[in-house]
Amino acid sequence: MNKILIEHGHVIDPANAINATAPVYIADGRILSVNTVPADFTPDTVIDASNRIVCPGFIDLSTRLREPGQSRKATIKSETRAAASAGITAMCLHPDTKPVIDTAAVAELIKELAEKADYPQIYPIAALTQKLEGTELSVMLSLKQAGCIAVGNANQPIKNLLILRRAMEYAASHDLLLIFRPNDYWLGNKGCAHEGAVATRYGLPSIPEAAETIALDQCLELAELTGCRVHFGQLSSKRAVIKLHQAIKYGMNVSADVAIHQLHLTEDDMIPFDSAYHVLPPFRSEIDKQYLHQGLANGTLTCICSDHQPHDIDAKLGAFPETEPGISALETLLPLMLKLVKQHTLTLDQGIAALTANPARILRLKSGALTPGFPADICIFDPDHAWQVNAANWQSQGTNTPYWGRTLTGRVTQTLQAGRIIYSN
Amino acid sequence: MTANIQLNAEGKLKHFITIEGLSKALLTDILDTAESFVGVTDQQIKKVPLLRGKTIVNLFFENSTRTRTTFELAANRLSADVLSMSISTSSTSKGESLLDTIRNLEAMFVDMFVVRHGISGAAHFIAQHTAPHISVINAGDGQHAHPTQAMLDMFTIRQLKPDFTNLRVAIIGDILHSRVARSQIQALNTLGAAEVRVIAPKTLLPAHVETLGVNVSHNLTEGLQDIDVIVMLRLQKERMTSALLPSESEYFKCFGLTESKLKLAKPDAIVMHPGPINRGVEIESRVADGPQSVILRQVSNGIAVRMAIMSMAMQPQGSLQ
Repeated sequence: MNKILIEHGHVIDPANAINATAPVYIADGRILSVNTVPADFTPDTVIDASNRIVCPGFIDLSTRLREPGQSRKATIKSETRAAASAGITAMCLHPDTKPVIDTAAVAELIKELAEKADYPQIYPIAALTQKLEGTELSVMLSLKQAGCIAVGNANQPIKNLLILRRAMEYAASHDLLLIFRPNDYWLGNKGCAHEGAVATRYGLPSIPEAAETIALDQCLELAELTGCRVHFGQLSSKRAVIKLHQAIKYGMNVSADVAIHQLHLTEDDMIPFDSAYHVLPPFRSEIDKQYLHQGLANGTLTCICSDHQPHDIDAKLGAFPETEPGISALETLLPLMLKLVKQHTLTLDQGIAALTANPARILRLKSGALTPGFPADICIFDPDHAWQVNAANWQSQGTNTPYWGRTLTGRVTQTLQAGRIIYSN
Repeated sequence: MTANIQLNAEGKLKHFITIEGLSKALLTDILDTAESFVGVTDQQIKKVPLLRGKTIVNLFFENSTRTRTTFELAANRLSADVLSMSISTSSTSKGESLLDTIRNLEAMFVDMFVVRHGISGAAHFIAQHTAPHISVINAGDGQHAHPTQAMLDMFTIRQLKPDFTNLRVAIIGDILHSRVARSQIQALNTLGAAEVRVIAPKTLLPAHVETLGVNVSHNLTEGLQDIDVIVMLRLQKERMTSALLPSESEYFKCFGLTESKLKLAKPDAIVMHPGPINRGVEIESRVADGPQSVILRQVSNGIAVRMAIMSMAMQPQGSLQ
């Protein structure tokens, strides 16, 4: 029976309203208690968390680990190591692997690779439609039984709304959550930049806000019609935040996340034609960013994800529209969240909740909190440690980030997954 | 971007990718230098030895007879060795092979690339990744920029209407897909034109077009009022199949330049077109070939202006000593 004591740390556990210096007691991979000394507790391991924050491990709702199928970009092994170093103890994996997660075999393979990488808490998202082609329903029940936590269609379009309706009805029948990034494929017009002044100046194919808001509206209507639970991924626009706010006010049981980089960068920050800034949804305007901040602060957006998309060098080497979108983002998640706290956009409690308790609630996971009996998924970090984003400090196989070379503040010192120390620095 | 990538440490032209970020003084310098080359093209022996021993590769990933030819002639008249390559884009649809193409040519001791490519940002990408001694001239990238075309248009305008500060210029047609229009707008605004007006239906205008520093009109009859310079843009046939316009004839009815419409502009207005023209689609033959048209003058000026830009971009390497 392995017992761990984390002492002298400042514990922030939003779900249990703890924000104080307190010891955390762990036994058998589970939280035993916070603050209250359990009877007959002799720790095998003591972690000194002086000057550190101790919080639940982060749950990332949107990642791509590139395995199976694109291991030249990244592997489950390389990316789980990066996740561990970033305090992330659970990750949802989009179904657009190769092959697509539309059979139990692929889901099981991913689970197996995760076990092999000593990072079992990878939750595959099942394809909503076969091969993500948007035309025929996937075997959602089998996929659920194989360990898929939700369904989604990655960034692929659904052929028409009737198919989406039926897919949502079927998902609802099996009490499956739909994770949906709203984007109207046709309005998106294969664009690579926000439809704004910057795209106009540089002649870049552009994506209007309406591509997001129309798809959001349609999906909200279908959620109402079908009773399917829906979580919207990576909202990027002002009007999407407004619409979602109204839907929640109206009483709809929907939620949404935002990718961390959307909270910091806008079209004006893009170094023109620098493919590190090529991301979908695209970096939008300052106003959009402000609404995303507001949405987080007022609880419309409850979660922050990394939207991690590691790439090999070649994928980002070319004229901007030809490069592949996405940012390698696991390792900048914590420092960029802390930056929002420093800017007074969020309290530290809110920021941590957006990475822990809130995604856990949406996924119905018994984690994301330091509740006695929950798995001991814990992140311990030094909020004041400044570090440079460079090869020496980087674990992910993808180095595609606009933050490369920059100095960020906040660094994980230990990560525990189900009571195992999976990272220690 | 981009002034930094285009200019060397002394602020001299190194690459020519876009008008954006270049000063009025530099644009004027290009026009003045081009002026000095006009004489060369009129001589019996149409050559100057400025770029003797230099190798220029025209790298055309998109077809263009006219632009490629004027670049070839310009390079020849500067006494450079010229190699023109047409590369089908299918073989270079990935950035790595575009880069491989560049690397292979670099290994043949090239001094300058003249690049045309269908994707916005391609010339910028090549300039960033090519060997430091090589200059890159953008001969049109996607919908981004076509700065040499814009400069030859400025040159043509200046020959006929020397004071930009009095000029009202209308650019008419498919602004959305036009790299020429974007570069012209930047050049006109940098040179201090009184007004740049774009005239097109909404489907052919980029979102937030006014942020480029233009006034917008959707009506040719109204839009031509007080105009000194009319720039007509080519209308591609694909615009009909992609539901941007209903038909060529309806487009001509609304936005085609006819003799009677031309009368709405100032009496001494000039008519320009970057070519190739679609007679009866965006412009009537009587206007294209009429007394106010300067379309062929634009073509001839293309050689002198490209000579100027090529020689200036090579200057930092000491080739003009």
